Amino acid sequence: MLLTVENLKVKYGNIQALQGISFNVDKGEIVTLIGANGAGKTTTLHSICRLPPPEAPKVVEGDIKFKGESILSTEPHTLVSVHNIALVPEGRHIFGNLTVKENLTLATYARKDTEGIKRQLKHVFELFPRLKERENQRSESLSGGEQQMLAVGRALMTGCDFLLLDEPSMGLSPLLKYELFRTLKRLNQEGMTILLIEQNASLALHLAHRGYVLDTGEMAAEGTSEELINDPEVKRAYLGG
Amino acid sequence: MKRYNVQIILAVALAILAYLAQEEIIGKYALSVLMFMGINVILSTSLNLVNGYMGEFSCGHAGFMAVGAYVSSVLGVMLFAKDKVFGPALLDPSLSIWVFPLIVIIGGIAAALAGLLVAIPSFKTRGDYLAIITIAANYIVISVVENIDTIGGARGFMGMKSVVKAMGKTIDMPWMPIWVFIFTILSVWIIRRFISSTFGKGVPAINQDEIAAEIMSVNTNKMKMVAFMLSSGLAGVAGALFAYILGYVNPGSFTILKSTEVLVMVYLGGMGSLSGSVLSAILFTLLLEALRPLQIIKWVVVPFLLILLMQFRPEGIMGNRELPDFFPRLKRFYAFKD
Repeated sequence: MLLTVENLKVKYGNIQALQGISFNVDKGEIVTLIGANGAGKTTTLHSICRLPPPEAPKVVEGDIKFKGESILSTEPHTLVSVHNIALVPEGRHIFGNLTVKENLTLATYARKDTEGIKRQLKHVFELFPRLKERENQRSESLSGGEQQMLAVGRALMTGCDFLLLDEPSMGLSPLLKYELFRTLKRLNQEGMTILLIEQNASLALHLAHRGYVLDTGEMAAEGTSEELINDPEVKRAYLGG
Repeated sequence: MKRYNVQIILAVALAILAYLAQEEIIGKYALSVLMFMGINVILSTSLNLVNGYMGEFSCGHAGFMAVGAYVSSVLGVMLFAKDKVFGPALLDPSLSIWVFPLIVIIGGIAAALAGLLVAIPSFKTRGDYLAIITIAANYIVISVVENIDTIGGARGFMGMKSVVKAMGKTIDMPWMPIWVFIFTILSVWIIRRFISSTFGKGVPAINQDEIAAEIMSVNTNKMKMVAFMLSSGLAGVAGALFAYILGYVNPGSFTILKSTEVLVMVYLGGMGSLSGSVLSAILFTLLLEALRPLQIIKWVVVPFLLILLMQFRPEGIMGNRELPDFFPRLKRFYAFKD
């Protein structure tokens, strides 16, 4: 198993956000975590990433293991530079003042392999031709969809082999959504492991191999995507009929 | 040829300055204005690193300046001058030429360590709260100095003139202008190298979005520490030079008023513009000197000019652009941005 989350209990102050959830992601998989608002999806992701305070949720029990070793006490920046885990955060968090190119090169901050960086940049521009067109534009002037592409492209530039995505489809037009998900599929075929967090359950389940359904901090269901799509309970609650 | 243009220009400028000072073609007054200009350049560029590039609001810059000033003054007087408290000179005065730059740098290092006072809280807080901590840091330094009697307390500390004289006696050259010039160029160069390096790119990244910086593998705590310590260290260097130019320091010169003056220079020049900071430091020094005949009314006119500037050019003289963005021809001489 690449990533194992065991009996994770998380608190924000006095509020218990996660009541002990367990799941795992294997190498080369796309796993999705779906659920309604406030189910604890983003909390799970933030616990994995150890985001800096005040965002950092407090893990009271349980463990998160990456390749067998606990990553609960690692700092977020080492998660990227040592473990090659990259996060595409909710709301994109791109560097608005910098150009597209600068955003992408900043992500290679901890990398030393000049050749690899060049190849990676070429690859990102191939995945997202729009970014190439806007290379020298300030990234805040991009449209929402382009900004999301930039956020994904930037995460790829870190040279990660495990990608965490937090609601990538938020605020995108249906067409752009499909385009983005097609790109994710392609990335996965090239060997990228993906943990996807989505509100758009049907879209996410059609992309993923396996899925987990979160409900107010507890794991409500799990299984392969087909099982979940056909599960009457999941169908009723998350897929609309 | 292109690569060395700027170095040659600077070397020639230094030679001309030294010659003019040596032959006393420019008077003592003009020379001291030039030296204060250099010190203001160091102060404004170093504060710009924190306030402009990193987007924190530090308003205790004078505190770090005081640390540098006092540490280097005490060290210099102890080593090279006869003093009531510190006794006879420990080293031969002829060594002063070689040791003086070291003394200034040690002052800078001491100030950088004092910078930790602000750097460590910055891991957890930012914005307004950190600004209050920087003010507190300024007051801590001033109060400590005021309450140590061996260095004169509130009365101040003197004796640095004899160190400067010792340098002049060994080799007859106008040492202070030369050192101020060298340290000014050095500190602008260091800051420029720092912010244009890949490592230094972490600083604007923190300014933009700390979370994004962290998940892009920037060690934000380390970056903050480096930026604060570099900034306060350079302020310490400026303070050390300041002390040796005047030959006298007292805690009153490093109060929050001085910090405000530096802040004004940064905002006048434009946040995140290195050439803007240099330019505004020069203009501000000249402006203060030009308005000297107005005496106390100067402090009405200068703030008023600042208000006018903010009204008509709120981003400062340069905004966050550099000189060659306005004068592309300058790029022929020097690559300002990589």
